[in-house]
Amino acid sequence: MQEAIAFTPQIDASFITRWLWLIPALPITAAGLISVLKQPCRKLASRIAIGSLATSLLIAIAAFVHVLSGWSHGHAVREAVNFSWLTVGAQAVELGWVLDPLSAVMLVMVTFVGLLIFIYSTGYMEHDENYTRFFCFLALFAGAMLGVVIANSILLLFMCWELVGLTSYLLIGFWYHKPSAAAAARKAFITTRVGDIFFLLGIVWLFAQTGTLLFYDHGSGSIEPLALGGLLVHHSHWGLTAAGAIGLLIFAGAAGKSGQLPLHVWLPDAMEGPTPVSALIHAATMVAAGVYLIARVYPLMAAGAIAPGTTTALTVVTWVGASTAVFAALIAAAQNDIKRILAYSTVSQLGYMMAGLGVGGVAVGMFHLITHAFFKALLFMGSGSVIHGVHEEQDIRRMGGLRKYMPLTFLTYAVGMLALCGVPIFFSGFWSKDAILESAHAWPLSHAPYYMLVFGAVLTAFYMTRQVSYVFFGEYRGHGHAHESPRVMTTPLVILAVFAMALGVIGTPAWPWFRAFLENQAASVEMHAFAEPAWLMLLLTSFVIVIAGIGLGWWFYGNKSPRAEEPDVLQKAIPPVWTVLANRLYIDELYGATVIAFYYWWAKVADWIDRDIWGDMVSTVIWLTNHWARLNKFLDANMVDAAFDKGCEEIYNGGGVLARVQNGRGQIYLRLLALAVVILAAILIWSGRP
Amino acid sequence: MTPLTGYLIVAALVFAIGLAGALTRRNAIMILIGIELMLNAANLNLIAFWRYSPHPELLSGMMFAIFSIAVAAAEAAVGLGLVISIYRHARTADVEEMNRMKG
Amino acid sequence: MGFVFYLISAFAVGGALAAVLLKNLVHAALAVTIAFFGLALLFLRLDAQFAGFAQILVYVGAVAILVVFAILLTKGSEVPKEGVFSRSWLAGLAISAAVFAVVAWAVMQAAPSLPNQSAIPAVTVNDIGNALMNRYVLPLEIIAVLLTAALLGAVIVAMHEKRAKQG
Repeated sequence: MQEAIAFTPQIDASFITRWLWLIPALPITAAGLISVLKQPCRKLASRIAIGSLATSLLIAIAAFVHVLSGWSHGHAVREAVNFSWLTVGAQAVELGWVLDPLSAVMLVMVTFVGLLIFIYSTGYMEHDENYTRFFCFLALFAGAMLGVVIANSILLLFMCWELVGLTSYLLIGFWYHKPSAAAAARKAFITTRVGDIFFLLGIVWLFAQTGTLLFYDHGSGSIEPLALGGLLVHHSHWGLTAAGAIGLLIFAGAAGKSGQLPLHVWLPDAMEGPTPVSALIHAATMVAAGVYLIARVYPLMAAGAIAPGTTTALTVVTWVGASTAVFAALIAAAQNDIKRILAYSTVSQLGYMMAGLGVGGVAVGMFHLITHAFFKALLFMGSGSVIHGVHEEQDIRRMGGLRKYMPLTFLTYAVGMLALCGVPIFFSGFWSKDAILESAHAWPLSHAPYYMLVFGAVLTAFYMTRQVSYVFFGEYRGHGHAHESPRVMTTPLVILAVFAMALGVIGTPAWPWFRAFLENQAASVEMHAFAEPAWLMLLLTSFVIVIAGIGLGWWFYGNKSPRAEEPDVLQKAIPPVWTVLANRLYIDELYGATVIAFYYWWAKVADWIDRDIWGDMVSTVIWLTNHWARLNKFLDANMVDAAFDKGCEEIYNGGGVLARVQNGRGQIYLRLLALAVVILAAILIWSGRP
Repeated sequence: MTPLTGYLIVAALVFAIGLAGALTRRNAIMILIGIELMLNAANLNLIAFWRYSPHPELLSGMMFAIFSIAVAAAEAAVGLGLVISIYRHARTADVEEMNRMKG
Repeated sequence: MGFVFYLISAFAVGGALAAVLLKNLVHAALAVTIAFFGLALLFLRLDAQFAGFAQILVYVGAVAILVVFAILLTKGSEVPKEGVFSRSWLAGLAISAAVFAVVAWAVMQAAPSLPNQSAIPAVTVNDIGNALMNRYVLPLEIIAVLLTAALLGAVIVAMHEKRAKQG
């Protein structure tokens, strides 16, 4: 493996980098504009959204060309524009964006696939009355996702990350009248939130440790060598370095967003949203954001490795990815909803991507991400076309024989399926998956991930064959008349199919352009790389995988047309395993029994505390105040007033008493006079005594 | 007891008796009689003090007593005239009945 | 103190007592005359001959007669039915007793410091006359005016009602 040449920092950002912020800004502005439109302005809404994303695509292509030209001339391009958003005392909160090969590639992919899906949606959502709202949310999502891609500040990335999660919630629950859709949206948001908490912890720790929010900042960024050196010195719990611990926390956030094993439960339920949403968000872009994040902070994850790709953080990433790949593939084999199979397939492929990042590095993981984006979007949009054609039926047991009625859909869908299975040579999926398997085989720590990924590949081929034979082969078991979808929906399918086949070219061992581009190496075409024994072994292994998987699938399901009521072939063969898989390994039920149950119990306790204890306190205070007031009233009325009244009465009576002195009888006056004289005399005499 | 104190005690006694009569008898004329007795007792006091004073040739005590007698006579005349006048109005000389000064 | 003194004192005090206690007003008037007599004798004993004779002339000769005339004109000779003492006679008695007590106490208190010249004063009527005309001329004239006023006043007050109504 060649050593990557260090990027020389660019002092001045080029013209295109300075205007890079337009790429996310345009769709977000479009979303803002659409949100103030009235519902009947459908055409205008979709035109604004598509126009903004098309413009972003053009700017992204220009940026890509700029990076490409820099790379081809030997200059590494990593340009960042940073600015202070707000200053708190001496500390400034910095935001910024970066243009480097990684972000350039991702920008082009997101805008291109996004644009195709936008166009597809104009056909798919034609009959929906909330057309305008749909495009508003789609545009907002596109802007947020592009923000995640170009972010140079981890805080900006997090803000756009959250925005992506929000728009995902809005889009999954687009048909919010359906309780299942609303519940699915909530589930998605909360599950990703769990991951996001760890992500935020990682951000805070990173900022505290390195003192900067920026990734690349002329040598003082948080994932540049200087900061990384500092991070490696600090040790945390369990023998982890600070770099490793922060990397794990960030991976937790990525695991939530990308549906890795414990937090994958939201992805299948997210199929409640419209199919374009599933295609865009849950196949190509949002779920890829997690993978992109790990790729972005890869220097942090890989810091301090003795052998490449063997840090604790990357080991965890690899194991989680491999486990996810296998588990999801197992579950996919027992599902009956066309989109749910694809959803579990996505989870499985995301596992592959993570494993690829873990064992092989940024180029390996990102290559599979790019190819997967194309063929998975193709598959989803194809399934959308199928659903549209069989009048909103989603159960594969009620479809069948559709290749006669929807030939173009069938053709493009087949291309996507073969790419996903990794059929060698002609399909891009083979090249990207092969790269992962190759890196896994060469992983120094263990061969178990390699075998897990191989098993997963067999399963992938198996369940995709099952799905295709149920849907497109055999007899049509549905009701009504199946028909092909309109041009506006099938044209994007064709375009994506072409890419699904052609993209493989950039990642072959003979011309490892993708890796070279990302790692700033020179790439040359070396056809003799095909002749290396290691690679030939891998080619053979892939052939065996594909044949085994497809063959098994065809043998079980083939041209048969089982009725929906009949149990599945596999179910008849291994009933208990089938039941477990069909019930998605009971993970949802597990969560329901533990986490959700605990949460409800806790909510009840809190309610009891609030209602009874605080409530009692409040009632007691009220009661006390009430009685205190009454006591005061009583005292006031009976004691103060009574005392006063009594006093007045006594004075009144006293007056009466004194008035009796003035009775008009002179003799009485005389007596009083004499008495007064006596008293005065007595006083005088008493005081005059010697 | 010196002679002076003896006279003084007698005077006090007569005074008290006169006062008792003025305070307890119902008839207005009896009250006037009591008043006369009191005046007399005061005169006795004056004369006694004059007699045993260091300079009796100044005659102040004696003069005082003589003038007192004159005034007492005038006062008795007016008082009894008043009693007669009241008797004509109220048909009685009983002081208990005369309470028109009631406040 | 002598026996004579006690005898004359008995007269004076006894007459006073009788005057206050007797129910019949005329008897009371006569008793008070005796008291006046007694007091006059006491004056004589005190070598105040002029005062003593003046006392007899005025009190016994005029005041007592005046009282009897008043009793006559107010028909006081009849003993009233309710009694001659007021209902609360005990209060009056008590107050007078208190007065006597206080005065006697004052006298006994002051006894050592009282003057006690026992020389008989050499005072003649001539001296009294001189004094009246020289030193005490003003009080004399005032007394004259007073007596005139009293005379007029008594006549007017006691005049018959009919005249007042007609006039």
